Amino acid sequence: MNSLWETVARERPAVAGEFEGRTAVIATAELERGSTLGAQLESLRGRSVLLATRGQLATALALLELDGVARRIVLCTPDLVPEVLRDVATTAAADAIVSDQLPLDGPGLDGPGLDGPGLSSHVVSARPEPWTVPRRASELTQWILLTSGTTGRPKLVVHTLDSLAGALPTQASVGAPLAARNSVWSTFYDIRRYGGLQIYLRAVLSGSPLVLSCPDESTHDYLARAAAAGVTHISGTPSHWRRAIMSGDAALLSPRYVRLSGEVADQALLDGLKGIYPHARVAHAFASTEAGVAFDVDDGLAGFPADFIGGVDHAFDMKVEDGTLRIRSGRNAARYLEPESGDGDHRMGDSDGYVDTGDLVELQNGRYYFRGRRGGVINVGGLKVFPEEVESVLNADPRVQMSLVRARRNPITGAVVAADVVLTTATLASVSHSPEQLKNELLSSCRRSLPAHKVPAILHFVPALELTAAGKLVRSGA
Amino acid sequence: MMRDTIIAVFQQVAADQGRTLAPMADDLKLTECGLDSLSFAIVVANLEDSLGVDPFNSAEWVDFPVTLADFVQLYESTVA
Repeated sequence: MNSLWETVARERPAVAGEFEGRTAVIATAELERGSTLGAQLESLRGRSVLLATRGQLATALALLELDGVARRIVLCTPDLVPEVLRDVATTAAADAIVSDQLPLDGPGLDGPGLDGPGLSSHVVSARPEPWTVPRRASELTQWILLTSGTTGRPKLVVHTLDSLAGALPTQASVGAPLAARNSVWSTFYDIRRYGGLQIYLRAVLSGSPLVLSCPDESTHDYLARAAAAGVTHISGTPSHWRRAIMSGDAALLSPRYVRLSGEVADQALLDGLKGIYPHARVAHAFASTEAGVAFDVDDGLAGFPADFIGGVDHAFDMKVEDGTLRIRSGRNAARYLEPESGDGDHRMGDSDGYVDTGDLVELQNGRYYFRGRRGGVINVGGLKVFPEEVESVLNADPRVQMSLVRARRNPITGAVVAADVVLTTATLASVSHSPEQLKNELLSSCRRSLPAHKVPAILHFVPALELTAAGKLVRSGA
Repeated sequence: MMRDTIIAVFQQVAADQGRTLAPMADDLKLTECGLDSLSFAIVVANLEDSLGVDPFNSAEWVDFPVTLADFVQLYESTVA
């Protein structure tokens, strides 16, 4: 496969995003005569690069220049605290950091040591500067995406442009060159996460303009901007779409294609979107950072037809084992990067190459439906939460004997985090008069050490928790 | 009555999440009141705990409330 730039140079799409606080459309054709990295680009050849930008536009442009040049690009999400960013840098053996705000003084990016010895700093501008050096691809660049892990440290998932773009050729009706000429893509997602990156690549590789969302932009403003840009293809999680509907402004758009992924799409939401966009194809896709894009469902129904298992699409194989969906395809990530092994081989599939998605499915009348996640993993608006991580924060309080964190169904974000907490006997005796205060203290300590979506929305004190014969907490499937 | 209960939960969640709440008026659009999706999710979970109902929990498509008045109305009609 050609590098991203080599493909784009033929197609010349445009990327709309935030530029100096305002919205701008940057024709990436400008990169033929210019560069957002300039002379620094050559010094990044063959290196492991942390791409840690405040705005998405800088990432969108830097990716075009770095693929085929850097050995490894680590797509840092905007919510990383400095400590975690340093962990990520170590695990990825990063030797350079590219940002739109050096010295790193933005939220989550400040703190000493990040641009210290061993990690050279490079500024990417959001507008290409004149540059005439011809581009040359020399590397099969690894694209590293971050995903949640049980410990709170992100896991680093290794992809290539091939595995990330693997789903695109089968999207005949979406990505066909003729249709693409009139397409304008947009996504509620951040392109630094898997779901958003898919849309970025779809747009860029098909030569379509892409409208990025801006940080702190209201739903109304984003929808109005997308509508003004004539967006025809738009993607988000079910939670994004619920918020769009709640804004009362969803009808500003008149898309031809509406895509949902990252969370389970329920029938009520699919029907609601079909009502607002009667002329659009409303599809929900199953994808995960590790397993890649598996399939699209566009018959307007929740779940997926049973014949997708062992079905006709030779691009991927699926099976159900121990109740969870397993996927094998060229779009699977290659492996995780582990801190201790650097470049060691940690394949994520089983011996036959199937990746366990952890998603429980149930067959009902010829269709599979999603029934939550094994191990109690909670999906809050498309972001994964491992219960053990939240429990360890709660259990760190000496007044807590044990805790159980679980998903609670929620109409806005699909699920929220709920915690059942057992207090020590001594604490029970002393706090009976002010349980609310203790609850607030526990939640405050969660807020100090966890991102907002991981903090319990609901916390109850319970007398006891059920344990298995082996002494483990009983976790229900969802 | 219901309106007061709901506004109190909005205020509590806004304080917990460090968000600034717009002045509460009936025609205030929910997406412009200062709360993000996660905050709304927490509001709904808290109201379910205190009122015992989740008006969104229906197999049918529920017309999502757009304004504060719509939101209050949805809860009033479910509790009634």
